[in-house]
Amino acid sequence: MSVNADPRPVAIPRLLAVQIRAVLLGYWRIPLFAIFTIGLPVMFFAFFGLPQLHQETLHHLSVGAYIMASLGAYAVSNVLVYNVGIGQAQTRARKLDLLQRASPLPSWIAIAATMVGGMVLATISLLVLLVVGAAAGVSLPLSHWLLLVLALLYGAIPMLGLGLTIGYLGSSGNLAPALASLIYLPMAFASGILVPLPQLPSVVRAIAPYLPLYQVGQLGWNAVGAANESVLAAAWWTAVWGLVLGALAVYAYRSDQRRKFS
Amino acid sequence: MTTQPTDPVAAVELLDVRKNYARVQALRGVSLTIERGEVVAMLGPNGAGKTTAISLMLGMRRPSAGQVRLFGRDPGDRAARSRCGVMLQESGVNDVLRVFETVAIFRAYYPRPLPTARVLELAGLEEVANRKITALSGGQRQRLYYALAVCGDPEALFLDEPTVGMDVEARRSFLAGIRRYASEGRTVVLSTHYLEEADQLADRVVVIDRGMIVADDSPTAIKARVAGRRVSFTVKPAPSAADFEGLPISGLELRDQFVRFHSSNPEQALAAAFRRGWDIQNLEVVGADLEEAFVSLTTGRGAELAQTEERP
Repeated sequence: MSVNADPRPVAIPRLLAVQIRAVLLGYWRIPLFAIFTIGLPVMFFAFFGLPQLHQETLHHLSVGAYIMASLGAYAVSNVLVYNVGIGQAQTRARKLDLLQRASPLPSWIAIAATMVGGMVLATISLLVLLVVGAAAGVSLPLSHWLLLVLALLYGAIPMLGLGLTIGYLGSSGNLAPALASLIYLPMAFASGILVPLPQLPSVVRAIAPYLPLYQVGQLGWNAVGAANESVLAAAWWTAVWGLVLGALAVYAYRSDQRRKFS
Repeated sequence: MTTQPTDPVAAVELLDVRKNYARVQALRGVSLTIERGEVVAMLGPNGAGKTTAISLMLGMRRPSAGQVRLFGRDPGDRAARSRCGVMLQESGVNDVLRVFETVAIFRAYYPRPLPTARVLELAGLEEVANRKITALSGGQRQRLYYALAVCGDPEALFLDEPTVGMDVEARRSFLAGIRRYASEGRTVVLSTHYLEEADQLADRVVVIDRGMIVADDSPTAIKARVAGRRVSFTVKPAPSAADFEGLPISGLELRDQFVRFHSSNPEQALAAAFRRGWDIQNLEVVGADLEEAFVSLTTGRGAELAQTEERP
């Protein structure tokens, strides 16, 4: 019918690849932010892990491996709550989301790319920590190293939901940095990943199992053989938390979209 | 004029479109067809509904009632969206990135983009291509948004008040760029409240006021809608409105001794005034510009609307 046939829109996989690259480039361009998220777990490991690297825990595991697994849980979650959450909030504050919405880029691609980009940065953060751990003398069977990476990346998925929820809360996006710290830091302490569970006050210890980050810790400790709960239970609870926090993120996203685009 | 009557699909079609926000009626029954190749200025005061109309055309918002088509498709359709470039009134980019990187990202969203170097040249950004966006001036930033609008080599450009915040020189060269772009047979939809912008650029001016189209014509015809000349003078003693009865004038303004009116026949009006023996000084007779046409169109309409609004 039409004289100029419609050019076929850019294929979805290509759009996704372009957008993931854009997200990663954005992370790369704020070195301070990346140093904060990648450097902090390593720094904590140097402070708390190194001095007692070869002491043994109750499970005949080195304290070094235990702390590395804990801080691994901290590292991946940190990226997904801070970098993804605050990153998404900044996208909104800058009104980049409006321009994207007017472009041929589907909004779900933009979100998927944010999630994939976050997971990539989380993986990098985790791998840096593990390399530092191995170099410092933490020794584990190869299968445990692999299991640790997979378990922590799986365990971190609910944190992606938490990060996106934080990123979409508030009408302007200025709320996110405060909100992220307010939620994440206390939760990290109460979940036993910054301070070992047995050293927590009994009240906090009673609350810990009900926190999503606790399950990430359990998955990490399971992978190195130091958990106090079964891996199946932790995997199950992680899935539940994934659904809950994912639903929250969808709700926050929809409210934001309704406000701007209906 | 570069309309393409051979193509049955219009660039934009609004059919009796209404849009309500909470209790505000932003558009109240707008029907508008923009053919491919037309350069249309949407003109209206702040809050008239221009931005709402553009966001409906682009599928950024949904109409409360009525139909919107973009290249014959639902405006949310990627195939339609891939033929459009957009410059929004309020938007931003990830400003830690460099200029050329941002252009490269946005052009990858389009099926047949222009080369990045060509885009930078079109927007006059070659010299700052390597700069971080945080380091751009306001005018350069605006040019970047223009670059992002044209990078996909779109058939239709939508520009929502693109020259806001530009100085006179920047605005002139910017408008020249858009004119060049439009001369290649593209469709351009531009909203503005700068009247001379519409006059310079568009073949068609759609005047929107309070959510309705109050005029839709060529800039020349819009200007002709009001009396052809603006006449002003001072006269002693200060006249009253009654003194002007029977003269072929409209839009009479009196301020003490100062008199101003529009007239399609100023010679006759002035002859009559002189015959009445008035001591006329500081006489000026000038062509009414688009600005006045616009004011007379929107205020007239406003009064009419105010009356209809009182009814319910």
